[in-house]
Amino acid sequence: MTSTIEAPEANPIGFGRMKRKEDPRFVRGQGNYVDDLQLPGMLYGAVLRSTLPHARIVSIDTSAAEAHPKVKAVITGKTLETLNLAWIPSLSHDVLAVLATDKVRFQGQEVAFVVAEDRYSARDALELIEVEYEPLDPVIDAKQAILPGATVIRDDIAGKTDNHIFDWEAGDKAATDAVFAAAEVVVTQDMLYPRVHPAPMETCGAVADMNKVTGKLTIWCTTQAPHAHRTLYALVAGLPEHQIRVVSPDIGGGFGNKVGIYPGYVCSVVGSILTGKPVKWMEDRSENLMSTSFARDYHMHGEIAATREGKITGLRVRVLADHGAFNNTAQPTKFPAGFFHIFTGSYDLQAAHCAVTGVYTNKAPGGVAYACSFRVTEAVYLVERMVDCLAGELGMDPAELRMKNLLRKEQFPYTCKTGWVYDSGDYPRALELAMEIAGYDELRREQAEKRKRGELMGIGISFFTETVGAGPKKHMDILGLGMADGAEVRVHPTGKAVVRLSVQTQGQGHETTFAQIVAEQLGIPPLDIDVVHGDTDNTPFGLGTYGSRSTPVSGAAVAVAAQRVRDKARIVASAMLEVSPDDLEWEKGRFFVKGDPSASKTIQEIALGAHGTVELPEGVEGHLDADCVYDPPNLTFPFGAYICVVDVDRGTGVVKVRRFIAVDDCGPRINPMIVDGQIHGGLADGVGMALMEVIAFDKEGNCLGGSFMDYLLPTSLECPSWELGMTVTPSPHHPIGVKGIGESATVGSPPAVVNAVLDAIGVRHADMPLTPAQVWRAMQGTPLRTDLAIE
Amino acid sequence: MQVTMTVNGNEVTATIEPRLLLVHFIRDHLLLRGTHWGCDTSNCGTCVLWMDGEPVKSCTVLAAMANGREIRTVEDLERGGVLDPVQQGFIEEHGLQCGFCTPGMMMTARWLLDHNPDPSEEEIREAISGQICRCTGYKNIVSAIRWAAEHPSTTEVNA
Amino acid sequence: MDNALALLERHGSESRIIAGGHSLLPMMKLRLARPEVLIDINDLGDLSYVRRDGDELCLGAMARHRDLLNSHEAGTLFPILHDAERVIADPIVRNRGTVGGSICQADPSEDLSAVFAALRATAVIGSSKGTRKVAMDDFHIGPYSTAVGPAEMLLEVRIPVQHGSGSAYEKVERRAGDWAIAAAGAALRVEGGSVSYAGIGLAAVGAEHFRCARAEASLLGQRASEESFSEAARLVSESVNPVADQRGPEDYKRHLAGELTLRALRRAAARAEGQGG
Repeated sequence: MTSTIEAPEANPIGFGRMKRKEDPRFVRGQGNYVDDLQLPGMLYGAVLRSTLPHARIVSIDTSAAEAHPKVKAVITGKTLETLNLAWIPSLSHDVLAVLATDKVRFQGQEVAFVVAEDRYSARDALELIEVEYEPLDPVIDAKQAILPGATVIRDDIAGKTDNHIFDWEAGDKAATDAVFAAAEVVVTQDMLYPRVHPAPMETCGAVADMNKVTGKLTIWCTTQAPHAHRTLYALVAGLPEHQIRVVSPDIGGGFGNKVGIYPGYVCSVVGSILTGKPVKWMEDRSENLMSTSFARDYHMHGEIAATREGKITGLRVRVLADHGAFNNTAQPTKFPAGFFHIFTGSYDLQAAHCAVTGVYTNKAPGGVAYACSFRVTEAVYLVERMVDCLAGELGMDPAELRMKNLLRKEQFPYTCKTGWVYDSGDYPRALELAMEIAGYDELRREQAEKRKRGELMGIGISFFTETVGAGPKKHMDILGLGMADGAEVRVHPTGKAVVRLSVQTQGQGHETTFAQIVAEQLGIPPLDIDVVHGDTDNTPFGLGTYGSRSTPVSGAAVAVAAQRVRDKARIVASAMLEVSPDDLEWEKGRFFVKGDPSASKTIQEIALGAHGTVELPEGVEGHLDADCVYDPPNLTFPFGAYICVVDVDRGTGVVKVRRFIAVDDCGPRINPMIVDGQIHGGLADGVGMALMEVIAFDKEGNCLGGSFMDYLLPTSLECPSWELGMTVTPSPHHPIGVKGIGESATVGSPPAVVNAVLDAIGVRHADMPLTPAQVWRAMQGTPLRTDLAIE
Repeated sequence: MQVTMTVNGNEVTATIEPRLLLVHFIRDHLLLRGTHWGCDTSNCGTCVLWMDGEPVKSCTVLAAMANGREIRTVEDLERGGVLDPVQQGFIEEHGLQCGFCTPGMMMTARWLLDHNPDPSEEEIREAISGQICRCTGYKNIVSAIRWAAEHPSTTEVNA
Repeated sequence: MDNALALLERHGSESRIIAGGHSLLPMMKLRLARPEVLIDINDLGDLSYVRRDGDELCLGAMARHRDLLNSHEAGTLFPILHDAERVIADPIVRNRGTVGGSICQADPSEDLSAVFAALRATAVIGSSKGTRKVAMDDFHIGPYSTAVGPAEMLLEVRIPVQHGSGSAYEKVERRAGDWAIAAAGAALRVEGGSVSYAGIGLAAVGAEHFRCARAEASLLGQRASEESFSEAARLVSESVNPVADQRGPEDYKRHLAGELTLRALRRAAARAEGQGG
């Protein structure tokens, strides 16, 4: 199903383009971010970090720092050991050092925490702490780390003799091997999805305030998952959960970076407990880049099997996953490689198999963050690169090859070879539309002419299938917490409403979108609906915002709660109109009597009635509210077709992204303006990752991406003016059919850019980022290994 | 040391450490928190404000260097309850998501339009190229600034 | 000015001059630079000129990058100045950053150092004892190190105006606003069909004094042609000493130095012929 873009309406009652409710405060500089918070008597914390990637701690002398006149407390691993907080559980059934006690295991690891009267003094005091290290060999290269005899990083784990974390596989190995054995064509390609960082503009931070009188701990924190944080604090620190309040105020971008609990948060809490004062801690940019959740770092070996006519038959992949020093990815328990097994992508094939091995290295822990957190980004990159490699091998146009193998509309719901059940889609239509917008044939003609003149122009395609909205409780949990989310809708007597969410916006516009979801169900204008989120004292439990799960999961919870409100409104209206509920018909905003539209009650009248003296049937309580805990029956599967056009300077290797066409299908669009914005941001991510973003390490284990001078983010000059198109295929199992859009473009765009550049230079593969140096080297046949220092 | 400067039309005098950065003075001492901080290396531009009528990165100016100068921050864009067209443009065109880079972007945009009332897309992109936005992919920021150029005297007050 | 020089005299090496602050303040924030005394010269409006003085274009040390970019005269006399300024940092940084600060920081990747080397500019250095002139070759005495003494400050840069000359600057960066992976500037004067002046400035490739004397010499007396330019570019590639870093490996930077030299020479020659470019 395809729909055309509807005419903008200023303030739709329900779905449609409307200006964001949150914007008036932001454009006035009145956002309320963690660092904006000032509390009476507030102290400031700062973290001392390891300069070495791997070393035994011989001693830590904090006496000079403690003697600093403005210092109120100095906390080390020893302090935390007395509180049983030196180590905390990671999100992936490992442990994570809060402040190092035995060894430091990556450059930038937390070693001590100073609490002082002001920001600058706290930093001054860090310099007064003397740490004696005994350096150990750093293990930086994942390929070396996994070898027998490699220096053991995690000797804190009893009996650990190697750096191996896990082996995990999906698909049918025997069937896949058989398909490959019989294949007419097999193409093999190694590729690295290098370590990148979400780098939100606001770094991570917290203000912790332990009220000694009431025993209540309040933590204002840059978190995408306030409820999960609260429960984890309760479980780990043994604090009673009702005495913890986590508040996530305005968040300056998250992208997965703000899912986990960082040592700085825990230290702020301990600092507040020790000093009896509120303690603020904010990272600087280097701390953010060097120590918080990175993403990717997947070394992939891909093989694709096909017939000579270009029918793809099988896909096989081995992955070496570099998880850094602690396994702290935020994956659902059963899925240590996240949803990587969506790597069969959008194609109809006979068999597929993947095997993923996780390994420790002396690098920062994480491995989850930066849309899409659940490894879909890696999976899509793998398959979309492999398909292009195959097209090259077969001498086929990559669009034609994709068209030949895309799943057909009638195959949905489709169970893929690794077990996912894709909900709905019309893939060929999306690709056709993207090619139409791009003027694909004309572009190929232009390219051919340019080639004759020696000019390099490239056209890259990617087609992606996302899997979002994690997820069904029977399959998915994080540390035992099911991935269901709650919502509450309450209509006030005057017909205004409040909706309370478990998820937390970091810029996605929840205050607008969720009001529109309720508006669509109840006919109450969005401006009359307050959206409350980000405060555990005032919202229902849920796992938070990441993996594009807000709309698929929480959006469903809100829609169902609102539908329940409407069901109750029907009963109230029937009492008010003195007819049977079955005799009422709903039209957005009112119930009327069938056959007599003039006999009606608006939702506002019903709300007043529900809170008033209307006599309700036996067993029906007054008021107008409902809640819902939504346990999704399946994930949702947004998809899209992207085309990128680049020009490459043959003499310098400089890539210019000339055009980018993105056709997305995320089901019905609640607010098309916001959806477009989400896509724009993800496309810029794709340009960044494909062309410039990387965190490499040198042999000594130094992080080479520790500032914005070294970790490059795309500016307005690298981003083209995005060209968007859409198709709309509702999800059949979702209450309002929506599929989620937050990460689609981040997932889908990198391979389009890479495919375009490689198409331009006529090289089968070179790893991201395709910097001018990498492009030039690829043209010389000697591409760089981008995860290590360039030598 | 003591500094005196004019901030959004008001003269302020304060005793400060010589090493205090202007961004921290504005945020922590004057409690004008619309100006943000995002990096250590003058790359991100979330701290952009005006000094003597010109956008500067306030993380790379000492408060002491602003002595005797005139500072204008995002809080001064709205005048008499009327949003600056740039502010209105960012709302109209969805020029912001998380809002963190927004004040800096708007201060640069206002300056650009004061000096070039009808900038092309290229000129807008060049003007904001020292400021990072992680959310919008810039297209809607460009549109927002164009909206402001096309509505130079908007009087609509939004919400 | 006298006050600034007196302060320098008094505090010597414990002090640092601060102008735009875009090099010094980040280093101070990272606690890599820890001056005891900062001498703020932003009020020295006297030094912010971009003006012609006889046969020279004079740039005050406090001229901001933006001032230089806004100077029609500078851009007309030396298009290389505008080529370079358009790609130095970003527009907001250019509002603050100064000509003097840039070259005194003496970062090996700094663009204006290469430009001034190509143009054979002269630095005028002042102290409480008076002023002295230093040729660009003698101004840079190594990475992050200049001829400006502890009690001295740079006052201006003077560029000799040559009639019938053309100049251009070519830079490749990983992203807008980044430091150069490599950059090359060229200034040419062509008289009677042959090259009578050649300046080749290079940034980020380990060129001695930001120049390539061999390539410059190879052009003198030659026709301004693709052939002579290619030879000069080859000599540049051969002569430079780039260091591999995350911007690129040594072989690429070496290649780039030649490629960009060639492009800069072509454009400089076209401009010298008044054909624009």
